[in-house]
Amino acid sequence: MTGRQGVEERWRLQAVSTFIDAHPALLFPAPAVIVLSAVMILPLLYNLFMSLHEWYLTNPGGPQFIGLRNYAEIFVKDENFRQSIWRTLYFTALATTIEMALGLGIALLLNRQFKGHQVVRTLFMLPLMATPTAMALMWVLMYNPTLGVLNYLLGLVGVPPQEWLSNVHLVIPSLVVVDVWQNTPFVVLVLLAGLSSLPVAPYESARIDGAGTWQLFWNITLPLLRPAIMVAVLFRVIDTLKTFDTIYVMTQGGPGRASETINLFAFRSGFVNLHMGYASAVSVTLAMMVFMVSAILIRMRRLAE
Amino acid sequence: MTRMAAVAPHQQRIRSRMYQRALSQGAFYVAVLLVISPFMFVFFWMVLSSVKTGVDQTAWPPLFVFAPTLDNYAQVFRRVPFLAYAMNSLVVSVGATGLGLLFGLPCAYSIARWKQSKLAVAILVSRIVPWISFLIPWYLMFSLIGMIDTYLALIVTHLIITMPFAIWIMISFFEDVPVELEEAALIDGCSRLGVFLRVAAPIASPGIIASAILSLIFSWNNFIFSLILSGDKTMTLPVTVFRFMTYEELNWGGVTAAAVLVALPVLLLTFVIQRYLVKGLALGGVKG
Repeated sequence: MTGRQGVEERWRLQAVSTFIDAHPALLFPAPAVIVLSAVMILPLLYNLFMSLHEWYLTNPGGPQFIGLRNYAEIFVKDENFRQSIWRTLYFTALATTIEMALGLGIALLLNRQFKGHQVVRTLFMLPLMATPTAMALMWVLMYNPTLGVLNYLLGLVGVPPQEWLSNVHLVIPSLVVVDVWQNTPFVVLVLLAGLSSLPVAPYESARIDGAGTWQLFWNITLPLLRPAIMVAVLFRVIDTLKTFDTIYVMTQGGPGRASETINLFAFRSGFVNLHMGYASAVSVTLAMMVFMVSAILIRMRRLAE
Repeated sequence: MTRMAAVAPHQQRIRSRMYQRALSQGAFYVAVLLVISPFMFVFFWMVLSSVKTGVDQTAWPPLFVFAPTLDNYAQVFRRVPFLAYAMNSLVVSVGATGLGLLFGLPCAYSIARWKQSKLAVAILVSRIVPWISFLIPWYLMFSLIGMIDTYLALIVTHLIITMPFAIWIMISFFEDVPVELEEAALIDGCSRLGVFLRVAAPIASPGIIASAILSLIFSWNNFIFSLILSGDKTMTLPVTVFRFMTYEELNWGGVTAAAVLVALPVLLLTFVIQRYLVKGLALGGVKG
């Protein structure tokens, strides 16, 4: 009896295995495709659907279909949203530019074999990995205008104390500093990987022709490194456009709305004002924006190559 | 005589070159130190602040030398059920990572083996769409069926972080597995599943470790999903420190100790598995 069961079971397993062998390219990705559709694609469609409705969570009447009116309000009427676009672009442009420049410099510096290079690289990865919420709290303390260590250290070199996060003009640059601290290591990592795969031959022939260090960098390293640079820019732009944790923990969009980027604006619409349809429309807009910017960057990369 | 004169400048030149090299080596290390210290200072200050007494916290100028105390850490455990929340974080990140790998690995293998680039591009959607676009619909659905503040809600949403990430990294690791080996196994009568489990997965295991650790970290670090979808029962650590901060604004010692406790496992993990991480991070080019 048990023997027969065993045989049957083995036969069944055999059948499954044969079935997989017949359609491997279809069945291997199937579980992931099903799960991804369930956890990502369907919610996104639902989000899109919700963005066509007027709905306050506090309203017992439920959602009401209003077509594209949420989008019309976002783009035409809502002054706060328009300002949040500029803030997002300002934050992204400033952070990405500094991170790329700094990251390139550090990558060039570290691009050699030296004693302890492994340790240095690992140390550089720490800001990237450390829990952003916890590190943002640390920065809040360091930025404290009266007791913060930052004002103290800058005071040593003669910089007068600043209000940092509570100054409407300084708040975004202050947040940029945190983003630079956290994500420059990512640029360094990507560029180091790019640098380590550069060919040696062009350098040798250029050096024989008498090229100086600066010429080598400008005419050989930079052009050859362009693919890695574009990858780093692409991912940094995508991520800074979407930054949430750091800003939410440090300022919650304040003071006033001075650091309210699109992502925080969507969060406020949805989870503070409970204006769900509107929040959906804002989040769809943000997603489209990130998508468009990445498409442009990818196109630029193709043109460059 | 002439020979001596000829040798001496030569030796001198060698010696001066040695000095120069030592000097430039020194300058290099100084430069590295200068570059890395601002990045490390935040960690240094975090640990330092976490062992200061309340009085030392508010000293001006800020103290660099003082009598350390572990009282802040004791406070964290006293004021909030810290261990229970740490357990929540662990359950969610391990659950989401395990499921993400279970579903994601065969998919990554398939994309690598059968060049399913369209599928790979579809995976990238998760990189582009902001978390909030997933959070709003999931929040509405979970509140509709009364599943806010459950592990399932958190694990399901954290799958959005872990699975696409693991797939994206693993594609290139599976591409590195020599096809000849797999074909040999097939000829020997191994099934496709067998090839995947006994040939491809073991060869790609450094990648599997890298993607598992990174998924674990990014899920552990995630803030926005837990902020909305967790409650008293399932609150994870990033939300715990944030709440700790809002309730105990002036208790810097407690806040920094909590921050250390949340970030420490991640930092240690980074050190332990750094050799697997560099390739994973550079390849994936992806962060949670």
